[in-house]
Amino acid sequence: MQCSIRKFYYGDIPEEQGGGAAPSESMNEHGWPLWEVFIRSKQGLDHKHAGSLHAADARMAIENARDVYTRRQEGISIWVVESKNIHASDPGDAESLFEPAADKIYRHPTFYDLPDEVKHM
Amino acid sequence: MPVHHLEETFQQTVDAEIKIEAKDWMPEAYRKTNLRQISQHAHSEVVGMLPEGNWITRAPSLKRKAILIAKVQDEAGHGLYLYSAAETLGMSRDQMIADLHSGKAKYSSIFNYPTLTWADMGAIGWLVDGAAILNQVMLCRTSYGPYARAMVRICKEESFHQRQGFEALLVLSKGTQEQRAMCQDAINRWWWPSLMMFGPRDSESTNSDQSMKWKIKRKTNDELRQNFVDMIAQQVKLLGMTLPDPDLKWNEARGHYDFGEINWDEFWNVVKGNGPCNRQRLQARINAHEEGAWVREAAVAYAQKQSAKQKKVA
Repeated sequence: MQCSIRKFYYGDIPEEQGGGAAPSESMNEHGWPLWEVFIRSKQGLDHKHAGSLHAADARMAIENARDVYTRRQEGISIWVVESKNIHASDPGDAESLFEPAADKIYRHPTFYDLPDEVKHM
Repeated sequence: MPVHHLEETFQQTVDAEIKIEAKDWMPEAYRKTNLRQISQHAHSEVVGMLPEGNWITRAPSLKRKAILIAKVQDEAGHGLYLYSAAETLGMSRDQMIADLHSGKAKYSSIFNYPTLTWADMGAIGWLVDGAAILNQVMLCRTSYGPYARAMVRICKEESFHQRQGFEALLVLSKGTQEQRAMCQDAINRWWWPSLMMFGPRDSESTNSDQSMKWKIKRKTNDELRQNFVDMIAQQVKLLGMTLPDPDLKWNEARGHYDFGEINWDEFWNVVKGNGPCNRQRLQARINAHEEGAWVREAAVAYAQKQSAKQKKVA
């Protein structure tokens, strides 16, 4: 006999098992846009993507980023960019974009055999 | 490309331990499972602030108060990391919050138990966060990239939560008769609900488990629960306290502790909304959201005004 009991995990209670009301109609959007946060962890290093958050404007985004992403001295500088202004390459194009670099081993210094006498080059 | 090819490629990617990113093709069920799990995890962090928030004003010293505030603030942060990760799967933050408030989305049942004494702060850190960490360490290697990255960040911060809890109990365990009794009482009340955090037994599942196949999860509920029991059964000795389970016994042959049966009726009852604090917790979240509405609106109005002003100058 086919038995189809679904398994679920911590933090993953299936909807049909729960009590509560029926799904409500969608709430009004509060109108705070999404921002991407970049943090420079110390002087001399690049800003690195840390995550995202919602905020009404850039100043609030920086203040919130301070509280959300740097509670343990993770940063000394913050950039925020509204997520809608980030343009990304399409994962579907990854092959055509990045494949051509794969067979150009002559771009790497180790491709060249030089006599030992040359020492450092 | 036909869907079954895409699914094959997807599974090969997962099998090769390559993370799935937000814009990659993924089966609809993978997206939905992750969305449900990550958003429920986020809700758990946010609702999880309530039982502890209850004790911030009553912490026994300034040091303990500062620690508790920092811990609760971390939980707010963890909720935000996770909401962001869930949003990459195409559901708005507002929708997730609406689902929490309507009861459609769940959160961990552990937070539907009351925090009756100061010792509960210790027991929550040690047992509840201890149980959560086992799950979270595993999730650092989950197949969905944004979830895995959020978990790495969370795990770095979570260790302090468990340590401060154990240390708070350690102090009580060396205290007066009353303090020792308070410590034992908190352990007694939090032990079984902590074991329930790992979810139903593995035997209640089919053999082919999609979440394991997709590497969303990497250990079963029973494996994680056993790890937890083995760890806590040792640590409780350092407190000079006991766990409220007469069947708890080291099993030489298995190399693990045996333990008694969980009250599953209680588990399902709390999941279904009938735990000691379900209504209170949800109502507190709804109130916070509704009473904060004017702040959110004011922030938008201010941002619009500033932006209009800047345009005028330019």
